[in-house]
Amino acid sequence: MAWYVARRVMQLIPVFLGATLLIYSLVFLLPGDPIQALGGERGVPPAVADQLRAQYNLDKPFIVQYLLYLQGLFSFDLGVSFSGREISEIIASAFPTTFQLAIMALVIETVLGVGVGLIAGLRKGGIFDATFLIVSLLVIAVPIFVIGFVFQFLFGVQLGWFPPTVGSDVSFYTLMLPAIVLGSVSFAYVMRLTRTTVAENLGADYVRTATAKGLSRRRVVSVHVLRNSMIPVVTFLGVDLGALMGGAVVTEGIFNVPGIGNALYTAIKAQDSPAVVSIVTVLVIVFLIANLLVDLLYAVLDPRIRYA
Amino acid sequence: MKIKRFTGLTAAIAVGALTLTACSSSSDDEATTEESTGASTGIVSVNGSEPQNPLVPANTNETGGGLLLDQLFSGLVYYDADGAAHNEVAESIESDDQQNWTITLKEGWTFSDGSPVTASSFVEAWNWGALLSNATLSSYFFEPIEGFSYDEESELKGQGLEVVDDQTFTVKLKQPEADFPLRLGYSAFYPLPESFFDDPEAFGEAPVGNGPYVLDEWTHDAEATFSPNEEYAGERTAQNGGVNVKFYQTQEAAYNDLLAGQLDIITAVPDSAFETYESDLGDRAVNQPAAIFQSFTIPEELEGFTGEEGDLRRAAISKAIDRDTITDAIFSGTRTPASDFTSPVIDGWSDSVPGAEVTQYDEAEAQDLWAQANEIAEWPEDRTFTIGYNADGGHQAWVDATTNSIKNVLGIQAEGNAYPAFAEFREDITNRSIDGAFRTGWQADYPALGNFLGPIYKTGAGSNDGDYSNADFDALLDEAASAPSVEDSNALYQQAQEILFQDLPAIPLWYSNVTGGSADTVEGVEFGWNSVPLLYEVTKN
Repeated sequence: MAWYVARRVMQLIPVFLGATLLIYSLVFLLPGDPIQALGGERGVPPAVADQLRAQYNLDKPFIVQYLLYLQGLFSFDLGVSFSGREISEIIASAFPTTFQLAIMALVIETVLGVGVGLIAGLRKGGIFDATFLIVSLLVIAVPIFVIGFVFQFLFGVQLGWFPPTVGSDVSFYTLMLPAIVLGSVSFAYVMRLTRTTVAENLGADYVRTATAKGLSRRRVVSVHVLRNSMIPVVTFLGVDLGALMGGAVVTEGIFNVPGIGNALYTAIKAQDSPAVVSIVTVLVIVFLIANLLVDLLYAVLDPRIRYA
Repeated sequence: MKIKRFTGLTAAIAVGALTLTACSSSSDDEATTEESTGASTGIVSVNGSEPQNPLVPANTNETGGGLLLDQLFSGLVYYDADGAAHNEVAESIESDDQQNWTITLKEGWTFSDGSPVTASSFVEAWNWGALLSNATLSSYFFEPIEGFSYDEESELKGQGLEVVDDQTFTVKLKQPEADFPLRLGYSAFYPLPESFFDDPEAFGEAPVGNGPYVLDEWTHDAEATFSPNEEYAGERTAQNGGVNVKFYQTQEAAYNDLLAGQLDIITAVPDSAFETYESDLGDRAVNQPAAIFQSFTIPEELEGFTGEEGDLRRAAISKAIDRDTITDAIFSGTRTPASDFTSPVIDGWSDSVPGAEVTQYDEAEAQDLWAQANEIAEWPEDRTFTIGYNADGGHQAWVDATTNSIKNVLGIQAEGNAYPAFAEFREDITNRSIDGAFRTGWQADYPALGNFLGPIYKTGAGSNDGDYSNADFDALLDEAASAPSVEDSNALYQQAQEILFQDLPAIPLWYSNVTGGSADTVEGVEFGWNSVPLLYEVTKN
């Protein structure tokens, strides 16, 4: 087990290097001159532009720029963004907000998705099942920014149940509306995954055996059906945590959440390579760790799986 | 890490009561704040955006940082809502030849850290901003001052700037500039306290100014809060208990906050709300011209647009554009049809410069002018008149409407010429490889008529993309620059515009408006010439 985890952590290193190189080169290849863009439509005088290029190492060849970035990285210095702030500081202030938002979305989608999916699976073909089949179809079909704007206007502006934006006031309450929107699409997937596997497992041999042994329906469903149905759902949720953090760009924009998505958006707009790469790399690492946790969870859910 | 992650659950739970909290906390300070007539104690909230640079005046060239700096600093002059400049820190700004200026400061001004505002505060600040090694984004503002250079390290001190005594300094320009005093309210010209030069980086995070407000806290990516500056010695005394600038990524989010009562003032209405904001906000909606002029340029050497034939065709095209209908239909009235080459918010603007009638839609006359031109040289049947634009900037609708208007009136083929991205469009203009006419726009740096004319239409000027050249026009601009007063120079600028109306190097289209609004929690919201609300005069209880 320990060896398995160590090996997986070691695998992070090549992924990390590959991801940074790839992202760095993509930002480098973007058309347009980031320094001229600092001056808006008027541009920046050539002498000033040269000075700034030298300051941000933009006058050096691509590979030198990248190696300088890596060098800084290994001395725990992510560099300075175009706005003059330390990139590590930007990440440190934005990351907890996004993490809180993603975890809230994950909890919402898991609790609701598994709950609704279980009932729908147990009463396959019923009215409840049909209703939520339509709801999930709708949620999947409508783009997330439409859901975002509609919820913001309805619950934020018209009804006033939640503040329409988050801004400086980051709390459980203010993040609730964006978390619901962020988790809505995944809720639909979790619900349908749960429903299908529950319905399938209900007819499995071991369920019949358990029922034949005289176990209560409650115990059969909660211990045998649900636990076995969780394997695909857990896989999905693990992947989803990464997607939620990265995909928060849209939701964070709509609800003005000062999180990693906003920081990333700002950095991409400014073609601020060190900032983009650092932020995305953090996201990649979160994604990899979440996947590792999912793999370890398999062993808990399915005793047949053993890691060595 | 300044982000307050647990800003108190009370605030979170009672977000609807944000204004109440603000009132109660400021009424506690009421006893300590000095009494001024009509002053209120509420904290006014306004939308803004995270500054793109540290808060150093010479290095701030975008609205996010500009809004914050304008609350913190007082320059030699300030601009009122009409764009007129009034002396603020300056007692007088005088010159006999419009080239050598003597600037005297008022007594009694201090920075909020207690240090006095002296002539050196200005001279050292400008000198720092002009230094090439500091690579400031607004350094071009110091270009007209003697000693400025892009080739070697600029040295304004001793050449263009000279400290006479604590209250007096002199400025020597490279050439006469009558509107020099009008520029001095721009943030690049703000004074800096001595503490800045010890540690510019620390200053950029926590600036110390001499303006109507002091910065209490700047929470990155979230908000900046200000309270009235007790040391402030000018006329723009804060009429409220403070200002809270909330940073937004999108205008939609800010607009929804305004509707939900979470925000007092919005400085820009999102495009998506153009149709509805006037009914949403009623008489609290703001829609007035801004210092932004839109046009399209017909290059001087474009075939068929040279000489007398060209003058006729240019006038015909200008008269063939139905500006009123287009600004209504395409922009829901958020643009004002142009009647000159400057902007109505500029002091000295006039809608009746002789020749301005060429901007009036007149179908019959347009056709007549076009026919006259055809007598000089026939317009080829298969030729298409094009207007180039960048498709990433929301220009397609008006370009299509404008070319349709030309097509319908003159009976020629006309259409837009779309470039996918601004960078490509700009490159073709710079290389003069663009075919046909192209859209052009100009936003003023300071409220002066000359700023709309010199940089764009003077022979060889930096933004003269159509290569317009007229000796009489150039002579009038030079004369205006060395005129004894701003009024005299404005008269000369209007004469220069008469020439432009004849030559029409660009076809005036419309002025962009500032669209904004306020909630009923605040009173006295007025937008300045640069589309920014004058926050010090807003009252809130």
